[in-house]
Amino acid sequence: MHVDYQSLRFEYRRSPDQSSLQVVRHAVVVVGAGPVGLATAIDLAQSGLRVLLLDDDSSLSTGSRAICFAKRTLEIFDRLGCGDAMVEKGVTWNRGRVFHRDHPVYSFDLLPEGGHERPAFVNLQQYYVEGFLLDRARALPDLEIRWRNKVTAVEPGEAGVGLLVETPEGEYRILADYLIAADGARSPIRRALGLESKGRTFRDRFLIADVRMKADFPAERWFWFDPPFHPNQSVLLHSQPDGVWRIDFQLGWDADPEAERAPERVITRVRALLGENAAFDLEWVSVYTFSCLRMARFRHGRVIFAGDAAHGVSPFGARGANSGVQDAENIAWKLALVLRGEAPATLLDSYDDERVAAADENILNSTRSTDFITPKNEASRAFRDATLDLARDCAFARRLVNSGRLSLPSTYRASPLNTADTDDFAGTMMPGAPALDAPLMREGAPNWLLRRLGGGFVLLHFGEAPPPVPETLPPLRLVNVTPDEDAEGVAARRYDALPGTTYLIRPDQHVCARWRRFDPEAICAALDRAVGRA
Amino acid sequence: MLNTEPNIASPDDFYEALLSIHQGLAPEQSRQVDARLILLLCNHIGDLSVLREAMARARRGIEPDGIDNTIAART
Repeated sequence: MHVDYQSLRFEYRRSPDQSSLQVVRHAVVVVGAGPVGLATAIDLAQSGLRVLLLDDDSSLSTGSRAICFAKRTLEIFDRLGCGDAMVEKGVTWNRGRVFHRDHPVYSFDLLPEGGHERPAFVNLQQYYVEGFLLDRARALPDLEIRWRNKVTAVEPGEAGVGLLVETPEGEYRILADYLIAADGARSPIRRALGLESKGRTFRDRFLIADVRMKADFPAERWFWFDPPFHPNQSVLLHSQPDGVWRIDFQLGWDADPEAERAPERVITRVRALLGENAAFDLEWVSVYTFSCLRMARFRHGRVIFAGDAAHGVSPFGARGANSGVQDAENIAWKLALVLRGEAPATLLDSYDDERVAAADENILNSTRSTDFITPKNEASRAFRDATLDLARDCAFARRLVNSGRLSLPSTYRASPLNTADTDDFAGTMMPGAPALDAPLMREGAPNWLLRRLGGGFVLLHFGEAPPPVPETLPPLRLVNVTPDEDAEGVAARRYDALPGTTYLIRPDQHVCARWRRFDPEAICAALDRAVGRA
Repeated sequence: MLNTEPNIASPDDFYEALLSIHQGLAPEQSRQVDARLILLLCNHIGDLSVLREAMARARRGIEPDGIDNTIAART
């Protein structure tokens, strides 16, 4: 069934909170029904908490906006119960190609090895992503969404956060134990609290033209430096569902944003790329500049910032929406434990530790890509052109070409929730790393490791049979992978596993600790640490 | 460690070869040749600590006189 998510309008409905004589208290209020707010609300509601989601608007994203959703984000969507819809509708791609002037420079495969359920990326208009998340959110009885409910004042206190909410029928007050601000780059909540997101804006302008057309470009990411059809600037081409193509033209700092938005001007630029006789319709046009910036801290007591409200990067690594969804899943399990009284409130500080470090990693990668795409001075321009020239016949230079280092999930190496290795391990599945997928067989049918891990704390054990679990161990789910199930040995290789190897995996599928044998005492200690009790 | 002791067997031949690749070139063309040469040599050396030492020596004594092409952002 095709739903035109972009045209959906959601009705404002009066809530009993508005007529209540006493200010009504909510455990969690999430502000902003974008990808980050929706993901946070779904994750919390899935873990059995009642969640209130407020949005100041009555529709989903206008225009395709974020379009590249990375493997890790799709795996999170799987856990949230809407990954299949995303992948089914999205355009799957793994390959990027880079061109310089009129010749190809090199291409890269973002997922060169098999044995993963999800591809490196799918391209999908943001309104579909929000639409599929919303479909999932509406199926959760504990998740209430209030449209056209705009937060106009925030009063943080020791015992809760007071909110003043404006509706078409006037204002009302509520109280929240915790407030998640996923209200976007201009975050009114950040402003209301007098907080800032700081960094650098790059002196360059870009034009996004989403066009609908029949074209036979492959489903790949194509990036041109200085192409004949758009000299001295770069161009990026991406495929989206429904025959829509994203074309991103670099314009330079001196471009006039108003004039560049004019359809006839845009059509001329698109024709230069596609040919004089190309038939296409303009879907969406936008001229933007970008900044790399973040808040000093993302947690401010009972108010927690996520996604663009907390940090911002250039679009050239698909690190905006993807990192925001990773913020969402990082805060959701921690907040759920705290609200259920199963972890101290200080566990929420680890959200800052982990996601500020992740934001810095994204900003570093984004800044480096920008320095390559938008050379700062004559020297960086000379090295950029030299790199592109050498890349034609020198393999080393291809590794230097930077048209955007695409989003990968962060490994929380320095997280206080990790338990350091005491046994010898090789490979990438160190404490703090996001768990890698692997193909398994179960009762004769294919089955994926990440699907088996699911949510909650999980013990992942490798061996013929699950180990006997003593009663002293808290009730943890145990996933045992037998050599038969791991017929190709991919899981054992990725986790450097031998019989008896045991991993403790967090609810967001990051590794907390690993051992060569099943040691209940060590597991208890690692679990305490992972919930902030150590 | 960066070797700053004599390491080239025929220094005069080397210097002549270095200048000859710039013969007849405009400054921006020379800049291109130099940039390519630097990248090729850096990759050949490979050791980032040696490269950083060389970069620091090359930069020594030159005071910044340019502008940063970014703007402080605050939202």
